[in-house]
Order: sequence, then structure tokens, then C-alpha cells
Amino acid sequence: MIYRTSTGRHGYRFPDLATLLAKASPARSGDDLAGLSAANAAERAAAQVCLADVPLTQFLEEPLIPPEKDEVSRLILEQHQPAAFQAVAGLTVGQFRDWLLRYETDGPVLARLAPGLTPEMAAAVSKLMRQQDLILVASKVRKITRFRNTLGGPGTLAVRLQPNHPADDPRGIAASIVDGLMYGCGDAVIGINPATDSPASYHELAGLMDRLIQEYRIPTQSCVLAHVTTALRAMEEGAPVDLVFQSIAGTEAANSSFGISLALLKEARDAALSLGRVPAGGQVMYFETGQGSCLSAGAHHGIDQQTLEARAYAVAREFDPLLVNTVVGFIGPEYLFDGKQIIRAGLEDHFCGKLLGLPMGCDVCYTNHAEADQDDMDSLLTLLGTAGCNFIMGVPGAADVMLGYQSTSFHDSHYLRQLLGLRPAPEFAAWLETMGIMQDGLRLLPAPEGHALVAPQLAALAAGGVELQPLPA
Amino acid sequence: MNTLSNPGDFSPQADPWQELRALTEARIALGRTGGSVTTAEVLDFRMAHAAARDAVLTPFDPGALAREIHTLGAPTLPVTSAALTRAHYLQRPDQGRRLSAASRAALTDFALVQPPVDLVIIVADGLSTQALRQVRPLLAVLWPALQEAGWSVAPVVIASQGRVALQDEIGEILRARLSLMLLGERPGLDSADSLGAYFTWAPRVGRTDAERNCLSNIRAAGLPPAAAAARLMDLLTRARRLEISGTALKDETPAPVLPSTQE
Repeated sequence: MIYRTSTGRHGYRFPDLATLLAKASPARSGDDLAGLSAANAAERAAAQVCLADVPLTQFLEEPLIPPEKDEVSRLILEQHQPAAFQAVAGLTVGQFRDWLLRYETDGPVLARLAPGLTPEMAAAVSKLMRQQDLILVASKVRKITRFRNTLGGPGTLAVRLQPNHPADDPRGIAASIVDGLMYGCGDAVIGINPATDSPASYHELAGLMDRLIQEYRIPTQSCVLAHVTTALRAMEEGAPVDLVFQSIAGTEAANSSFGISLALLKEARDAALSLGRVPAGGQVMYFETGQGSCLSAGAHHGIDQQTLEARAYAVAREFDPLLVNTVVGFIGPEYLFDGKQIIRAGLEDHFCGKLLGLPMGCDVCYTNHAEADQDDMDSLLTLLGTAGCNFIMGVPGAADVMLGYQSTSFHDSHYLRQLLGLRPAPEFAAWLETMGIMQDGLRLLPAPEGHALVAPQLAALAAGGVELQPLPA
Repeated sequence: MNTLSNPGDFSPQADPWQELRALTEARIALGRTGGSVTTAEVLDFRMAHAAARDAVLTPFDPGALAREIHTLGAPTLPVTSAALTRAHYLQRPDQGRRLSAASRAALTDFALVQPPVDLVIIVADGLSTQALRQVRPLLAVLWPALQEAGWSVAPVVIASQGRVALQDEIGEILRARLSLMLLGERPGLDSADSLGAYFTWAPRVGRTDAERNCLSNIRAAGLPPAAAAARLMDLLTRARRLEISGTALKDETPAPVLPSTQE
């Protein structure tokens, strides 16, 4: 279908829905790189005017990628529940924005709507929204998930403890884990990005975290962020796997470039559930996404990166994840050029994910070749805190020494807790209290010499040499 | 241990696990004031980030690098990629992978009077001009080793605003059996001067990263340049003998597989 609008002197014509969505997207370098963005600000504004008049039903009638060519497109159509959609079926994209912002549109209403929305509808309305709209609507939605604790409840903020080491050295990783736990972080997951994607390394790291969680009875879960096939093999070999990780994207071709398919993800989830480590009704998947991944894989089908990101959430929600993390600034300035673009993208991703019913967290981050710094991250962190983001990253000192980028630190989580009164997951907060680490989930206690978490590490270090055990076995 | 029991004492809260810092370069046991980072840590982070930013943005001086390489007895050829400014380079990786029209013409003219070669070495600024300090000590070992082993090697091509894949077009024009790209990696907060080395058998436009081999983190505190040169000599020799590069070769190499920080 051809979309047209005119603004006095100029007429604008957009040959299809994908083009209209791309031209209506707030400016970002990745869409420029793909050659999809509006030619100028006037064309962008005209595209938004035009998009506002598109009926939501059009997104069901005009798939962006032919379903016969793309399993993600088929999934999106299969997931769509007409009964849930009914509440907004008569609306245009612009009317949908107004509807979302009504007092009457509250959390339960949005939760009922989620199965009726497609990712493209969420992406479309986000393009018309200001940042305050993205924050306000997202803040209405709570998505609660469970493993050994309860994540996403009102008034909570969880933290993924990210203790990476450039050589996967277990002692170095253990030191960062202890540091993070002593700073009250790690309730979302203790999640290691391994430097080497090998079954041996997977086993070692999963075992390390499992021993730690058991020894100290920590109400949290672990994850090695290796490829899903590595996790499958490790599970077959008996590794103690809590969460299965995978990076996912919004087209079949991009997922293929990651070496995955929907069938493979299902196999992995079934395998993790069958281990019986998660309580009944709990979640076992941890997904990461990020705008630009499809273009980076040469698999964007002429669709803008924000719409493609929302399509990745269709993949995520098919597998009932515990955590979905948009790693917003990791990809670099060719996709999100500066702090302004990173902040906008982080809020869009969080909004779209929440609207589609996902437990969204965000890796508030940037690389050193992006036009961004800690001040930009403080801005996005604060905005996401007010938007009700489920979890953020906790990286020692905000600098990841394996992946070479900057994220948020343990200290940053305490900034947000103090500012907004946000506590850890309740079970984890109780454990922190028992361990004398935190009081009332809001305030760190002075750490005594010889604390039970620290003493074994220091003793092992003092004993020295190769005998050092990563953690009590 | 510091506490704030004395109202006149504003010392930050130190963490009684300082010794664990010996186990990792990660910024652990930073201490805190309230729940926030201390002034000392804020300033230390700023220093590190400033160094990383400067590494990305400091203008590349190809002439100075050429003079350094000439001291090793190696000739050089300057080229530029199609990305003409730094901002353009950062936002258009595709342009950093191709030569400028002028450089393509110049290199093509050069190739007319030059026989095919075993290897062309390309040095590019990439994302860190500070990393180029590793180039001379690396070539000081690699260049004589190649001469001694009888390799025919093209003049060292010095490329401004280059990305990894620029080696494909350069290698193709110069009819090189192998191309080796040395370039500045994306700087980490505490590793702004890290050099990467990528080589490709039968370089031609369109090669994928899976068809290359990579040594990364070449710097004094990582893989020292002289050691990197020895590893590269071994890898290049095997690549030439087996007429292959990429994953097939990597499987036989005990080098750790590090995530690429520069595509």
C-alpha cells in the first residue's frame, strides 16, 4: 500500500509500511547507514503525521517481510490474539498513543492487551511518542518473573551481577562476584560472558556459580552467556545450568547468522526446564537484544532498526523468559551515534518490550568510540528507573574488562535505590539483611573485616599459589 | 576500617577486601561514600575515559609512522579509505572498508609495475591511533623474519581511516597471496593502546570475518608486540603452506579466541 500526506507546499509519498516506519523513526546513525532514514527533518515529521493515521489493523494486513520467507514473521502472526486486540482494533496509530496515555489504561488493561499487539504496532506508536510518553506508559506495566526469587515487583529494581574476566580466570571472576554481592547486587542473575565459548569453560563457570549459590544459600540464579548450543551440550553433560542465554534478533536471517532458530530455542528451553532446577511456573531463559543487530548481520530487509528490535521481542516472548536485556549502546556509534540516540533507543526498547509483556531490563552502556559518557548513562539510568525497568547491569566500577565497554556499576544501583526507593527482589533483600550487607533493601551496611563472604577468599589468597580455590566447594 | 562515627570524618568507606584486586583488572573494592563512588574513583575513571577518547579522536599522522617504519628498512605506501573525516569514519564502517578513488587509482598504477607478492602488510589507524605505538616493535621482529624466510613482501601500506576489511581491496589490487592488517582496536577503558592483527588468505573484496584470523590485545600489558610478531610469523607460514585462513586454520591454533572488538 502507498502512504501519502501533504504539508501545505510539499506532498510526501511512502511506497510501503516499512518505508513509512523507517522515515518516521527518530534520527539514528544505523538507519542512515542502512540508507533508510528520512532525507530531512521535514520528511521525518511528515512520515510521523502519515503514520499517525494508519489503522492498527494495517499491520496485520501488510507484513513487513513475507511470512513465507521469514519464521519470525510467521511467529508474529501466530502469536496475535484477536480477542486481546479487540480493545484497540478500531484505532489508528495516533489514536493508540492517546489511548495508552489515558488514566483508565492501567497495568491490568495493558497486560490483557499485550497478546493482541504485534511488535510492529508497538514500534509504530513508539515513533510518535515523546520520551515522557515512553516512560509513563511503560511505568504502568509490571512484569513479574520467578526463579529462586521474584523479579519485577512494584518498588523493586534488580541487578545482573556481571563479573567478566578477559581470560575466564575463575579466581578473578570469583573476586568480582564477591565484590558485587557485598554491594548488594546479583538478584536478577549472576551472569558471566565467557571469553571462550567452549563446553569446558561453560562447565567450570557454571560450577563455580552453583557452588557459591548453594554454599551461601543465595536466592538468585546463574547464567553463562555462551551460545545456546554450548548450553545444550553442557546440560547433556550434567552441568548445573539455571538460565539458558541467547542473543536474539528480529528476522530469521539475523537469527541464522547467530546460529539459532526458533526450534533450537525451544529445544534449549525444554532442556533447561527438564533439569528441574526452576520451581514450577518459573522462567529459565535469558535473552539479549539490541538495535542494529539485523543490519550488522546484513539481514534487515529494508526495515528500520527500532522496528526490528521490537520484532526480536516476539521471539523472546515465545519462550517465557526470566529476563530480557536490551544492550543498548554496545553496538557502537555506527548504529547509535551519541548519548542522545542511546537514551532514546533505551527508552523505546524498554517501552516496546513492556508493552509486549516482557520482563525488560537494560544494559545502560556505551563504547569508547561513541559520543557518550557517564553523564549520558546517568540520564538513561534515571529515566529507566522512573519507567519501572526490571533490572540493570552491575559491572565493577562500570568498566567491563572483558568486553571493553562501559555499563552501570554496583554503585549506580545504589544511586537509583536511594533516589527512587527501589529495593532488590524481596527474597534477595532478606538474604542481604541476614548477611549483614544491606539494611531495608536500601542502605549498605559497613562491611566488617572477616565477613563470611570475603574471609574464605582472602584466606585462599593468603595461602597463595595455584592451590587457591575459587570458592568453597 | 573507616567509619563515619566521627562527625568531622568524611573519609569514604573502604572495602576490607582490597587484596582481591590482585586477582582481576576489574575495578573491585572501590570503597564508597554513602552508596556512591568516591571522588578519587570518579576522577580516576575520567582519566581513563579521557585516554580512551583521545585514542579514538587523536588525528593520525601517517608521515610519522612511515618514518618509523623506514628505520626498519621497509618501504611504505600511503593510502586513504573512502571515509574522509573521523565522524564519517565512525558512522560509515562501509566506507572505511573501501579505498578512496584516488588511492585506488594510485595503488592500481603501482601494481602495474610490481609483480605479485606473498604478503602485503597494511597498517591502519582503526579506532586507536595510540595503538600504533605497537607497530614498530612488532615489525622490528616480523619484517626481518619474513625477509630471512624468503617471502616477497609489498611495501607496507599505511592506511588512514581504515577498517579491517580494507585489507581485501588492497590485497586484491596488489595481487598478494596474503594480506595482514595491523590496526588500532576499539579502546577499552584501561587499554587504549591495544593493536589488532587480522590476516586473510587470497584477499579480495567481499571476504567475511570468518575467513580471517585474528590476534588481538597486542600491547605491553597484553600480548607484547615481539611475541605477537612471532605468533604471526608462525600463523602466516602455516596459512601460506595450507593456502587457507579463517576458522579452518584457527582450529589448529592454540591462541585464545577473543571477541573481535573491531569488525
